[in-house]
Amino acid sequence: MTGAASWSFNENDYKLIQQQLQAFLRDSNARCALLVDRTGQLVATVGEPPQFDPTAFASLTAADFSANDQLAKMIGEAEFASLVHQGEKESMYLADVARRVILVVLFDQRATLGLVKLKAKATVEALNHVFQAMFDRVGASPGETKGLLHGAEDEIDKLFG
Amino acid sequence: MINYASREINCKLVYYGPGLGGKTTNLEHIYGKVAPNTRGKMISLATETERTLFFDFLPVDLGTIRGFKTRFHLYTVPGQVYYNASRKLILKGVDGIVFVADSQIERMEANVESMQNLYDNMSEYGYDLTKIPFLIQYNKRDLPNASPIRDLQSALNPGWPIEDPTHQKVVPDPGHPGENLVEKVADGWMGRAAYTEAVAVRGDGVFDTLKGVSKLVLKTLS
Repeated sequence: MTGAASWSFNENDYKLIQQQLQAFLRDSNARCALLVDRTGQLVATVGEPPQFDPTAFASLTAADFSANDQLAKMIGEAEFASLVHQGEKESMYLADVARRVILVVLFDQRATLGLVKLKAKATVEALNHVFQAMFDRVGASPGETKGLLHGAEDEIDKLFG
Repeated sequence: MINYASREINCKLVYYGPGLGGKTTNLEHIYGKVAPNTRGKMISLATETERTLFFDFLPVDLGTIRGFKTRFHLYTVPGQVYYNASRKLILKGVDGIVFVADSQIERMEANVESMQNLYDNMSEYGYDLTKIPFLIQYNKRDLPNASPIRDLQSALNPGWPIEDPTHQKVVPDPGHPGENLVEKVADGWMGRAAYTEAVAVRGDGVFDTLKGVSKLVLKTLS
């Protein structure tokens, strides 16, 4: 794709990500974990299916994280690698993964912030490796996404009438 | 982003341009016209007076190609000069841009300033506006004080030199017979962005614009 943040992932990547997130939910007692890329697109959801519009949620998460990134720079920090939004019953923990993706954890009173933070640390590290490998692969074969619709010009024209 | 697991192509389109030019109106029209099962919820982060504060967001599905669902995420930016920090954030990872220009003569300077700001913000991310899908929509064509297209084109879309010999061939503008997007001029080859004319408040030209830029984005994958 044309944007600088372009990347793609296959079913195997997806499985690896799911496994990591499932283990995290089990260990932390959190309800749900989402992965959102920095451009605002939802990558994966694991755990209790969210009761809200996940697409809108993902775009707001990316905006929230980006705005906080800029705030960090303004006060002389390189980044806020994680954020916490604490509510009366429901809370959110957000953490950076490989500078391109955001891990969002939704949890309630059954989990504690301390445990979520602790378990998320190891999960983020593991996910960093998974995503880095993915990005390196795309970098090594830039043609992979480029040729996806090769020869489909007619189909594209037809789609738009 | 291409998700092979769920067979989806996700693309990010950003509507850019000066304040009160009609960016949000474009999205509102699309939201109102497409079938509810092909679009998501529209999110607007706006002030109490309905001026965009951070962005508007609308996801739409445009159909399936080669078994991949094509999903476009449409964003607007706040047009007011003051909000540049948040405007720049929205451009991150953009796949295609629509510049919504306000055709009114009085807004010419605001258009030029916003276009310059777009080039600056893109280059800060290392993106080259002449190389990514980019379309200009001249909005408010119904107003009596609308500038002629020729004037708008020369101020906002004067073109850029094409130095790569493989791209030095005439490309006709499909939307405007007799005009070219790439052509030979006195001192070399020149390319310019495609444009559409619109009256977004009535919906005229809104879908032509969306289709135009979406097609450009998908063609970069072919």
